Amino acid sequence: MCIKALLQSLIAGVLLGGALIANAAPLTIEITQGVEEALPIAIVPFGVTGARKPPEDIAAIISADLSRTGRFGALAEKDMLAKPTEPGNVNFQNWRILAREALVLGNVQYLGADRYKISFWLFDVYKAKQILAFNVSGSQTDFRAAAHKISDIIYQELTGEPGAFSTRIAYVTKKRGAKEPFSLWMADADGHNEQNLLKSKYPIISPKWSPDGLKLAYSSLENAGEQRIYIQEWANGRRNEVSIDLKGLKGAPDWSPDGKKLAFTSVRHGNAEIYVINLANKRLRQVTRHWAIDTEPVWTPDGASIIFTSDRGGQPQLYKISVDGGRVTRLTFEGTENARADVSPDGKRIAMVHRDNGKYTIAVMELATGHLNVLTDGTLDESPSFAPNGSMVIYATTKGNLGQLAAVSVDGSVHQVLAYEDEVREPAWSPINNK
Amino acid sequence: MKFLTKFSPALLLLPAILLLSACGTTGEAEQEQAQAVAGGGAAADSDDGANASGASSGSADAMPMMEPEPEPEPLRDPLEEGLLAQRVVYFEFDSSVIRDDALPLIQAHAQYLASNPMLITLEGHADERGTREYNIALGERRADSVRRLLMANGVPGNQIKVVSYGEERPAALGHNEDAWSLNRRSELMYLR
Repeated sequence: MCIKALLQSLIAGVLLGGALIANAAPLTIEITQGVEEALPIAIVPFGVTGARKPPEDIAAIISADLSRTGRFGALAEKDMLAKPTEPGNVNFQNWRILAREALVLGNVQYLGADRYKISFWLFDVYKAKQILAFNVSGSQTDFRAAAHKISDIIYQELTGEPGAFSTRIAYVTKKRGAKEPFSLWMADADGHNEQNLLKSKYPIISPKWSPDGLKLAYSSLENAGEQRIYIQEWANGRRNEVSIDLKGLKGAPDWSPDGKKLAFTSVRHGNAEIYVINLANKRLRQVTRHWAIDTEPVWTPDGASIIFTSDRGGQPQLYKISVDGGRVTRLTFEGTENARADVSPDGKRIAMVHRDNGKYTIAVMELATGHLNVLTDGTLDESPSFAPNGSMVIYATTKGNLGQLAAVSVDGSVHQVLAYEDEVREPAWSPINNK
Repeated sequence: MKFLTKFSPALLLLPAILLLSACGTTGEAEQEQAQAVAGGGAAADSDDGANASGASSGSADAMPMMEPEPEPEPLRDPLEEGLLAQRVVYFEFDSSVIRDDALPLIQAHAQYLASNPMLITLEGHADERGTREYNIALGERRADSVRRLLMANGVPGNQIKVVSYGEERPAALGHNEDAWSLNRRSELMYLR
């Protein structure tokens, strides 16, 4: 019950933080369910030195990042007994009383010429011990990125897994009645810094990030229903159709792990088959050969296999094939349908759209055991996409008649809703931004 | 109900205006009034309305002489009559099998296309259930079923183009079987 109260105060804190920022994010993220054993942490407002105040409240960004995972319960600022900004001023007893296990404090120093130095310390409250200390420098414009980087460091230290805060999500929105209703966007993983990449009269489907995070491949119906594949560099907007020497519709692109090839689907004469194209020399290789619909290919991280949707067994299920073709293995058996897989970054799990009792939900399956875990309880959930650290799956769902995004931890314990003003769909989580 | 609010009142008047202008006895003043109303509405449509009433006012004097002669037979468009006016083939869930009740419609179009070298685009569509890319493939397979049947009935393949919108362009909104059954379809679009 303590956790629940904590989470509620947290959400209030996040909302308040958002309201203080002039350009509130159009995509707002709320935790609807967190874990019972969330780690109690305190992130003290950072001290400020120098002539200019930092553009953002860095402790608030870190606090929101960690809380959003559902794995941390951060103390509200008003409940803090002290607000140290230097390691020498910490009285651990103040934090034990508040049942904190971890403590983060720091300060921001303006260095001149738009540069800031951010120092921060992480403590184990019960051992009264400093766990780590870091300096991060950043400019006015990448201040939020610096804060996310700090969240990554803290998250990795406390959970043993890399964070996914320095990442982005791409998604498609539909504004009813607009001349160009469909838009492709990207935003930071916390919903900030939304950037429009494309507006179109026609549906934009299946955006997928290149492994270097610099490009998006997607399919579009802009050619009068003749589906085609496009690649767009988000930094400069440069956009090209992938020229594929095949008649028929081309869609469902997915990048090979080395970023040099695309797997995709070509549909002609009632038959959808999976191909691979080498992007440099445009050489094609047909991967599947079957009269059924074979589509929605995804590469395994080792680049050796492709997992895809096929109705060769009567209804859509997931199958696996070597990229060189050959024998096909059926992967899914539970439920009436399983489709549109995404493979976890470590290659051990697949997320999918799972149909059972007429409802479409998101499920995750352990590839080693075949154990399938249904994570959501929607009716039309679709388009699952793993976070690059494998901790969460973002997906599209419906609320009322409006499409919206949601995310769920791979164990199903943490749920988030990503609310948006328009219909939103087709989310894709980027690789980790290493810059 | 909701989409009605999107029409401007002037647009709703348009049918009435066209009716008025088609009638030869309309006085000048009334016609001007009608044009003024149409002019206040949506730009593209008001042009049509204004032209129509202008033409009828110009031929008003000649009307009595023309009357005994039979109207020149307006070109009757066979595509607007009978089975040929029906352009949508419906399918079962996750199926691209042509239902028996769609056969007469497709055969009628096949007969027409076989003797008229017109181009036709077959659009495939799916309901919102199932995944988007799968539904693109399913839509294509539905349209292709229609293509095969047209060809089996004598239509040359080069007259037919197949595209698919998957679940992206529903004919009916709503999340129930009534809407879904209208959305699982192939539309025959004549290019003319």
